[in-house]
Amino acid sequence: MFKKEFVPGSRSKVKSSAQRAIRAKVLETYPKLEPHLDDILPKKEQLDLLKIPDRVSLYCLGGEPLFWQHMDDPVMPHLKVIHKYPWAFPRIRIDRGAIRFVLSGATLMVPGLTSPGGRLPGDEEAGDGYGNGGKELEAGEVVVVEAEGKETACMVGVLKMGTQEMEEKKKGPGIENGHYVGDGLWKLDLN
Amino acid sequence: MTDTATATDARPPKHVVYCGVCTLPPEYCEYGGTTKKCSEWLVANHPDLHSHLYSEDAATKGMSNLSLDAQKRAEKDAQKKAAKAEAAEAREKTQRAASKVYIKRVERNKRKYVTEVSGLEAFGLDLKKIAKEFGKKFATGSSVTKNAGGTGDEITVQGDVSDDIFDWLQEHHAEVPEDNIELIEDKKKKASAGP
Ligand SMILES: [Zn+2]
Repeated sequence: MFKKEFVPGSRSKVKSSAQRAIRAKVLETYPKLEPHLDDILPKKEQLDLLKIPDRVSLYCLGGEPLFWQHMDDPVMPHLKVIHKYPWAFPRIRIDRGAIRFVLSGATLMVPGLTSPGGRLPGDEEAGDGYGNGGKELEAGEVVVVEAEGKETACMVGVLKMGTQEMEEKKKGPGIENGHYVGDGLWKLDLN
Repeated sequence: MTDTATATDARPPKHVVYCGVCTLPPEYCEYGGTTKKCSEWLVANHPDLHSHLYSEDAATKGMSNLSLDAQKRAEKDAQKKAAKAEAAEAREKTQRAASKVYIKRVERNKRKYVTEVSGLEAFGLDLKKIAKEFGKKFATGSSVTKNAGGTGDEITVQGDVSDDIFDWLQEHHAEVPEDNIELIEDKKKKASAGP
């Protein structure tokens, strides 16, 4: 999505009604963020909307980008929000070998998730962090991607394929066009 | 990994340190190609984190899940990236030291001059932006044009503003050293040092 660095377009204030709608959307998509929502999106503070390339709307508070949305796709958190509240998102894990591909903007391929170093909700070894409460994730859901041996997430994106199907097929693209550490959105400086 | 962590409502946000060089969480610095600089920054700013991430033990543990072949590839890849970044930086440095900015006064008609400024792009300046600034600053026409040889772009400003441009560059763009700026007066069409 943000493989290239970019210059943001126009900046505008988000009306309070629209601001409420965004809060509701975020809460609906990420119910586990509920206890933290007032910290992330304080009710009384002014949100700004930034138009960025490829019809993406970026919501910021002061100089800090918080969420972004591509047209009518799900609202996505910026990775810095994820780094603060990693437990509030469904997570999967790639093996170490896949990291350098993800960080260069390549499509995340399923073998990086089904190999011994990877973690998916259906795995026996997935544990609390990646077990998703025993529930498989469906295609179209937003997931945070962590990495073997690392503590912080490296990507967030929408699943191309459900996690159960991934375990059966063990190949193909898993996530395309994610937001990853070091990409254009990450490097965007609003100050 | 904190796989066993359970969420409680009032859980405080995690504080993640970000690298002062490549901006990534330091555990990802190895993929950026500035690993050496990143490592130096981390030693200076978060020594505990540095010893945790860069210890021999961490390095071998980190690699243990890759096949020997993949290990070699990853290592080579990282080396190549670092070497590339270093070479690019060195190249840029020498290039800048050798680069010249030419401010050339050209006589158009009798007593009508234009000033051509070339070479600013070598110092990382955006010609379009600078041209616009010149236009505003000197209240005159200023635009980016193809140079005579068609080998690149330069800025053409209406009027003789050579000295003003020289001063303005000194004041606003110290990254262009005074010694690298050359003023040229092109009265008759004699051969000049300009490109
Ligand atoms: Zn770094």
